Amino acid sequence: MDKKNPKNRLHRSRRNSRGLAHKASQRNPKVTGILPITLEDSTKIVQALLYSGKEYVCVMKLHGNAVEERVKAVLSEFEDEIYQRPPLRSSVKRQLRTRRIYYIDYFEMDQRNVLFKVGCEGGTYIRKLCYDIGEILGVGAHMQELRRTRAGPFTENDSRKVTLHDVAYWFGEWQEKKDQQILRKFIQPMENALKLLPRIIIRDSAVDALCHGANLTAPGVLSVDSGITNGSITTIFTLKGEAVALGKALLSTEEILKLDHGTVATLQRVVMPRGTYPKVWRSGSRK
Amino acid sequence: MPRTTPPWETKRQLQTKNQDTTNPKYGHEPENRPPEDYIRYGVINLDKPAGPTSHEVAAWTKKILKIDCIGHGGTLEA
Repeated sequence: MDKKNPKNRLHRSRRNSRGLAHKASQRNPKVTGILPITLEDSTKIVQALLYSGKEYVCVMKLHGNAVEERVKAVLSEFEDEIYQRPPLRSSVKRQLRTRRIYYIDYFEMDQRNVLFKVGCEGGTYIRKLCYDIGEILGVGAHMQELRRTRAGPFTENDSRKVTLHDVAYWFGEWQEKKDQQILRKFIQPMENALKLLPRIIIRDSAVDALCHGANLTAPGVLSVDSGITNGSITTIFTLKGEAVALGKALLSTEEILKLDHGTVATLQRVVMPRGTYPKVWRSGSRK
Repeated sequence: MPRTTPPWETKRQLQTKNQDTTNPKYGHEPENRPPEDYIRYGVINLDKPAGPTSHEVAAWTKKILKIDCIGHGGTLEA
């Protein structure tokens, strides 16, 4: 078998994972959709994606017969803040937590299969949601099939949405031809992952100080997005549109606009390496 | 319960506090980064196939691109 061919690699790994732990194959394989992958340094902003909202299209299988009207009513009951305990086999601590369901759009029902779309906060377990809906309906239910149609700013309609095979193909092309246009066909700048967060744009002269971990102060601020409040997670950008860091705002948009001096935001994660922009501050006694 | 506005429907407006220019000598516009940096600061909007877990898919991408570090935004089941 040609090991270099990514297609073969896919099949081999899948067989291994099945053979190794049979129990694990209980996991429903019919789960597909948008999975943003962050490369190397952009992994620093993965946190922003984890907490971002998600949208799914889901097929739920009922274990008994139910009337369509009743199903619709129960679905809309779940458009709320809900309590969930992460399932047994999950990668997070199993403690009760609340998650916001923004909306559930019922599509159709065919005997015991229910098709709907759900928009929810990051970290909502749809499998659990289906189970709970089944309990409220009184007939029981489980998740049959799931497709994620949105993860934060990334959607299905993105012209740069790719499959694993596309990645393997385009990367091969890139290595052969070294044409930058090829890279841009399947990789996008990490700034695209931050599109939904409010922005603060800063001066060139403030950039390197932030890269060294300094808090963002008022004189460095050039413009601010509306709707920032104390504690909002914001993204700090240069005038060229590069992400410098993820920060936590200490003031609201209006307050930041009025402020002459003082701290505007503390840093959560610095993305830009030091020295990208020139260092312009004086460092006291050390000359 | 009424439908709540999801974060992706929130509209924001940029409000200017001060004006300044940027020196083209430093940094790059995200779309015009040199190729090595473009990959380092890149994100892939991947359509996960059915079968493998999110972690497996991320690991394969890492192997295909021959890079050292990779992450994924939100596990898609298991």
